[in-house]
Amino acid sequence: MRKRLLFLVPLAAFVALAAAFYLGLGRDPTLIPSPLIGRPVPPFTAAALLPDHPGLSSSDLKGQVQIVNVFASWCVPCRAEHPLITDLSAQGLVVHGLNWKDKPDDARAWLSELGTPYRRVGSDLTGRAGINLGVYGVPETYVIDADGVVRYKYTGPLQERIVQNEILPLLRALQQ
Amino acid sequence: MRRTAAAGLALGMTAALLCGAVLAVEPDERLRDPALEQRARAISANVRCLVCQGQSIDESDASLARDLRLLVRERLAAGDSDDQVRTYLTARYGAYILQKPPLQPRTWPLWFGPLAFLALALAAGVALFRRRRIQ
Repeated sequence: MRKRLLFLVPLAAFVALAAAFYLGLGRDPTLIPSPLIGRPVPPFTAAALLPDHPGLSSSDLKGQVQIVNVFASWCVPCRAEHPLITDLSAQGLVVHGLNWKDKPDDARAWLSELGTPYRRVGSDLTGRAGINLGVYGVPETYVIDADGVVRYKYTGPLQERIVQNEILPLLRALQQ
Repeated sequence: MRRTAAAGLALGMTAALLCGAVLAVEPDERLRDPALEQRARAISANVRCLVCQGQSIDESDASLARDLRLLVRERLAAGDSDDQVRTYLTARYGAYILQKPPLQPRTWPLWFGPLAFLALALAAGVALFRRRRIQ
């Protein structure tokens, strides 16, 4: 009896593999999870880009829940997500910008065209501040809690459902 | 005459194809110390370009790849060991930045899975063979 059921073993293995692969189909293998989640913001500084907004450094990211949005004027998805960033800022959330590997003049023109939803805007000309944060593309959005710990990172342009289902609930939980 | 021409063409094309790997390292990136540069190249060959993820930073033309190549050389020039340079990168980007997955309990299925499947198949084959012999 046992030997007859042995033929089911390869079938079971196949079903298990098929299930694992099926679940993986919906995921993007090029997205890299951040090792910084749950760890303090690594040290970095980015000089001020605009005359009326201060620059951004890691020492600023303490004391309250804050969002850091990495953007560039040459980045098309950044333009697409800009209204959502503006929305977050309009709701009273503290949002800062990190201008990544961009020409300051281009970035200033981009912001004056679309509006500056950021409190602080740092200019990372060489990408070195970005490397400390683990930035590998634009746009990226980080949520940092009041203790300066990175709690969330989203790679890619924000979408309404991401904001509603992931970011706003997290912010609510952190502000309690 | 045609045969030798064809043979010559085939040989020439093969030689051209075998002419060496694609490199993206530019002259202004190279360190002056050849030993350090050699270490930089060896480490870079195992660092994944996160933009063109099939390539190492040694091969990729992406801007981030260049930044990472310069970073590796900077860390080596500052006196870091090979392991320290790799730790510097994985602390910021995670284990996936290294093309060779680390050997941890989490990645044992990745490293040993194929061998395990092969062993299983061989065992099944042997068992089947023995059954046939008995009959």
